[in-house]
Amino acid sequence: MNFIAQFLQRAILQGTPLLFGATGEIITEKSGNLNLGIPGIMYVGAISGVIGGFFYQNSVKSVNPFLAIMIPLLSCLLGALLASLIYCFLTITLHANQNVTGLALTTFGVGFGNFFGGSLIKITKSEVPYVALTKIAKYYHSSFPFAKKLGWFGTLFFSYGFLVYLAVILAIVATVLLKRSRIGLQLRAVGENPATADAAGINVTGYKYFATCIGGMVAGLGGLYFIMDYSGGIWSNNGFGDRGWLAIAIVIFAMWRPNLAIFASYLFGGLYILFNYINAKMQLLPIIQMIPYVVTILALILTSIRKKRENQPPASLGLSYFREER
Amino acid sequence: MEEKDSVVEVTSPVGGDEPQEKKARTPLFHVTKRAQIGWQKAIGIRVIAIFAALVLCAIITVLCTGDNPFSVFKTVAEGAFGKGRTLVTVHDIAILLCISLAVTPAFRMRFWNIGAEGQTLIGGLATAIVMLNLHDKVPTAPLVLIMLVAAVAAGALWGFVPAFFKARWNTNETLFTLMMNYVAIQLVEYFLKIADKTGSNVVGPNLLGTGIPNLFGVQYLLNILVVAVLTGVLYVYLQYSKHGYEISVVGESENTAKYIGINVRRVIIRTMLVSGAICGLAGLLIVGGASHSINSNIVDGRGFTAIMVSWLAKFNPLYMILTTFLLVFLDRGADEISTRFGLSSSFSAILTGVILFFIIGCEFFINYQVHFDRRPFAKAKKQCEPQIKEEE
Repeated sequence: MNFIAQFLQRAILQGTPLLFGATGEIITEKSGNLNLGIPGIMYVGAISGVIGGFFYQNSVKSVNPFLAIMIPLLSCLLGALLASLIYCFLTITLHANQNVTGLALTTFGVGFGNFFGGSLIKITKSEVPYVALTKIAKYYHSSFPFAKKLGWFGTLFFSYGFLVYLAVILAIVATVLLKRSRIGLQLRAVGENPATADAAGINVTGYKYFATCIGGMVAGLGGLYFIMDYSGGIWSNNGFGDRGWLAIAIVIFAMWRPNLAIFASYLFGGLYILFNYINAKMQLLPIIQMIPYVVTILALILTSIRKKRENQPPASLGLSYFREER
Repeated sequence: MEEKDSVVEVTSPVGGDEPQEKKARTPLFHVTKRAQIGWQKAIGIRVIAIFAALVLCAIITVLCTGDNPFSVFKTVAEGAFGKGRTLVTVHDIAILLCISLAVTPAFRMRFWNIGAEGQTLIGGLATAIVMLNLHDKVPTAPLVLIMLVAAVAAGALWGFVPAFFKARWNTNETLFTLMMNYVAIQLVEYFLKIADKTGSNVVGPNLLGTGIPNLFGVQYLLNILVVAVLTGVLYVYLQYSKHGYEISVVGESENTAKYIGINVRRVIIRTMLVSGAICGLAGLLIVGGASHSINSNIVDGRGFTAIMVSWLAKFNPLYMILTTFLLVFLDRGADEISTRFGLSSSFSAILTGVILFFIIGCEFFINYQVHFDRRPFAKAKKQCEPQIKEEE
């Protein structure tokens, strides 16, 4: 039992950044914006949190737990918000092509993250050898004190930092809001058919901005989690890898439902670390790591063949809306 | 829709009853779609955008390095065209141009193929497999031919799979091709593990042989010439051939295409075969013609950059030469800056991002016209005037 609990725990740790990214992208895509900039935004969120934390940790002798959590968190949200606003301004206000803008944002965001991750010390002329926010990361990593006493049950449910729980809560809140609330209904209307939504008096531009920015900020938290909790506050260039794209894969796999994304993320997280637990040859590692992508492709094909209405992407996904063009 | 409306809210003297009716909107400006724009004006807008982007890039660079702006530009130019670098720069342009050419036919059809990365990589992988197994068994000429066939076939296959499902079941091609990239990357990783038992991340010339020989003893010359010819061929194919016409019609409107008797499914599949095949060729040029080695990062994001290049050039192969030149020049220059000042090599990605944002944004001013003239709203304004005065 302990063994299984440990595997699941690690799957959840791996899946959490994916869950943040997927929830953010689902919220964004529900407004009809296919934001391929999410991988970039996650990098921007991560590095913004690191920059905030870096200045804080270097400016005080002993860190205050509350500020240690709030400063990186808020700077992460701010960074992700600004990156999302670039995307919003270009695609919504200037009607630019969403695919191209998203890819440009990813290029920019990944570069931004790696640049400041690699040059932060040089630019600020500080005397530390590398970016290690261990003092701050401690607070992100701390879990319930009683987790160890509960055996496998504690390992599985109570051994995580607060961001892991936040990811699940955000996904559930997003599900409820999208499905049950008036805002969710109007948002979905915007994503399905902006012209109709506009005619019904819904503020299309406002909703698109709102959803894309919120989605970007949620995704940015995934980057913050990865650095502060998962990596223990140590930045390494390209350490985040292609998790952003994997998050977009989960959106498809979960058929645009945040509650399904919770399980999909943990499943993908489990596949990511599976090779540590089975007795396969090291050579087969890439083949195992390919499984999430192949599974996503199969899911994509199946949903398109079955053509079940509720499993389809938002109808206007990827198209910009100009009122006078009808 | 009119952006950034200025909302004049009038507080009612009585207070709070039916607030919706008391809102009067006077747009600061309104936006209409341009029917057409003179080419001088279009180029002018782009030049202004690029200039503005360069100024911003210069400011960022100066802030990060503390160098003076003029020597920064000198460093950029030296990075791209300094001693012994021109050929490498031209080769970089050629490779990026080749991948950009590859994605163009699909984009003209509004088929959002963002899988050029994977299609190129799989072409490179096919080349490497052929080289690994045959380089010491087959003479050079037939070897090159086999490499060519393998690379083109592999790239075409990677293009065919998403196209088939798009044509048959309308499967979302953007997401499909994106996932195919990662399948290709993992296949390359697998190949590396099998081909090289020592566990290194690169399989190099010692295992693969020397690949395609240099033309006239000049490195990269053959690659550059191949891409130059390809540019011309693709221009003619898209602009003057029946296939090119069909692609444009399908891109404009699938229904029109069906109505005039074009087999849309066949066009989609055929075009993606062409797209994938050219990507495969690019993979051959990279692995067989230049590096003679393979790892999972040989394409290095160029499959994505190519999409932006192609789009910025309005899918015209000849303009693409200019856009690739701009991006590669900047990339090499920024690399030079980052090595000289000991900064992270990701510096070029930031500058590239800034330039792209500006060029993407400027398209708006080419496609749309912003009217500051408020005459059409004079009538509406008149109605609001008493209320505005009241507020003052």
